[in-house]
Amino acid sequence: MNVERLTVTPNAVEVIERLKKENGELVFNQSGGCCDGTAPMCYEKSDFYVPSRNVKMGEICGCEFFIDKDQYEYFRHSQIIIDVREEASAFGNSFSLEIDIGYQFITRSRIFTDEEYTYINEHSQE
Amino acid sequence: MTYVKPTYKPQYENFIGGEWVAPISGEYFDNISPVDGEVLTRIPRSNEADVELAIQAANKAFQSYKHTSVVERSLMLNKVADAIEANLEALAIAETLDNGKTIRETLYADVPLVVDHFRYFASVIRAESGTVADIDENTISQEIFEPYGVVAQIIPWNFPLLMAAWKLAPALAAGNCIVMKPASATPMSILLLMETIQDVLPKGTINIINGAGGKIGKYISTHPDVKKVGFTGETTTGQLIMQYATENIIPTTLELGGKSPNIFFESIMAADDEFFDKAIEGLILFAFNSGEVCTCPSRALIQESIYEPFMKRVLERMEAIKLGNPLDVANMMGAQCSLNQKEKILEYINIGKEEGAECLIGGEVYESETYPNGFYIKPTVFKGHNKMRIFQEEIFGPVLAVTTFKDEDEALAIANDSIYGLGSGVWSRDAHQLHKISRGIEAGRVWVNCYHAYPSHASFGGYKKSGLGRETHMMMLNSYRHTKNILTSYNKSAMGFF
Repeated sequence: MNVERLTVTPNAVEVIERLKKENGELVFNQSGGCCDGTAPMCYEKSDFYVPSRNVKMGEICGCEFFIDKDQYEYFRHSQIIIDVREEASAFGNSFSLEIDIGYQFITRSRIFTDEEYTYINEHSQE
Repeated sequence: MTYVKPTYKPQYENFIGGEWVAPISGEYFDNISPVDGEVLTRIPRSNEADVELAIQAANKAFQSYKHTSVVERSLMLNKVADAIEANLEALAIAETLDNGKTIRETLYADVPLVVDHFRYFASVIRAESGTVADIDENTISQEIFEPYGVVAQIIPWNFPLLMAAWKLAPALAAGNCIVMKPASATPMSILLLMETIQDVLPKGTINIINGAGGKIGKYISTHPDVKKVGFTGETTTGQLIMQYATENIIPTTLELGGKSPNIFFESIMAADDEFFDKAIEGLILFAFNSGEVCTCPSRALIQESIYEPFMKRVLERMEAIKLGNPLDVANMMGAQCSLNQKEKILEYINIGKEEGAECLIGGEVYESETYPNGFYIKPTVFKGHNKMRIFQEEIFGPVLAVTTFKDEDEALAIANDSIYGLGSGVWSRDAHQLHKISRGIEAGRVWVNCYHAYPSHASFGGYKKSGLGRETHMMMLNSYRHTKNILTSYNKSAMGFF
């Protein structure tokens, strides 16, 4: 059995790779709240000071992905799947970089089965 | 009665220095109406060069606007309010088409509140004054207010006009000039608002820039001529804006998320009367604005002794909710703001089901016969417990998470078990209980035996990760100005040190 806490869809990989080419190193932080909440924010790595108590959920395309510690407590029984959709107009008001090129990253999730949850807790490094 | 969808200009421009200015890149994007999924108009996709023009225009305007008297500013704000009131219906229709909310809300809540907000700030600046202190017989200390200068404001899509007014009115009243970026999902109604009020504003006092916030968000927040940033949105961009604000040592006001508890004690059912009827509606207000409200009472905490009979009455009332064409005044619920938002809500409904929460009503898409391409979701109630994701994360849709509690202590423990602290509600006939609970809740607003009222004269803002600073109320003026102290000596003698 191999269970990942954080995964990324092929479509999202394509957009992340393009953003890396245009902007250099990137970092992701899971956001929450208000209009554009519960979405991953993608910034230039040098731009965002990752809160020091945030939890690193994993890496996608070589970019670190963080989440607020309190928020993580409610995400720990979910598998997080970073996806993307084309969004040519209703891209909210966040500063996430993908919206500039007509996309929006999405946090999809799936609740682990009991078996998976046991496995991931045994094999998780935190 | 159903309002007819008007035809709008096929294309809007940015509003800079009192003129309608095309984006330098010549790029535009379609503004889709969530009501029918059709294109309403086209909106500029701006870049840093457009933002620079707007900041320069605001800075230029500020050089004269900062000298205006409070009398002039008050008269101007009243004229703004009058112009909006004279066009109330047209703005309400535009807001409904842009955002998807029902016309009954825009006609009777959003736009009237916008009008009142400008009048409120027009009034309070005439009534306030700085302070003077007698330090000693010959020394006078004066505390004087001075505007910051150019301020940047980034607003959300859930109440496009009202959130604009919440930020514009106090900033203008305090003497600032503004660069505002509306949310890309709902840019049109604000541009109509500018058409409505442009003749009563000095050129350059309000500048509107449209487009995606990634790069221009950074440009605007780090610009040395921008003296304050006000933002309403999600937490991570709020943090990034605070980080950017350290570059120029400027203040920020942040209004972020919420997961507001709405607490119902058993005494509400002591009688089946007018008040109990109000409490039922008070719970169902989670569906107000299709749940797209930062203060949405999205967690209902019900005392276990009344859970069954209370929920029975709530669900009966919910069956009567009329959902459909937002332009029909009979409808109580309209569309979600965007396809993206609709899908996000459905994702949460799915998470709720996977987590084992019990779906009591709704839980699916509403198929509109009139507008099959609109973005509609049925009001949904889940029963579960407070550790579930649907109880902890802001869904921003018509999805209520319900749980029960035994006593006051447990009610407070559940209510405060949240990373947010924006809104909250408490319902009871027991005055002592109302006081204890409203003081015990960690949130910036507690509605007591009411919910979703937003008078200009009451402060609004968050505890915990719901944000920083306050909006509405005259205290907001101090978020948009410096305090200058002028310390004057009338003593002719030297201090004697040298």
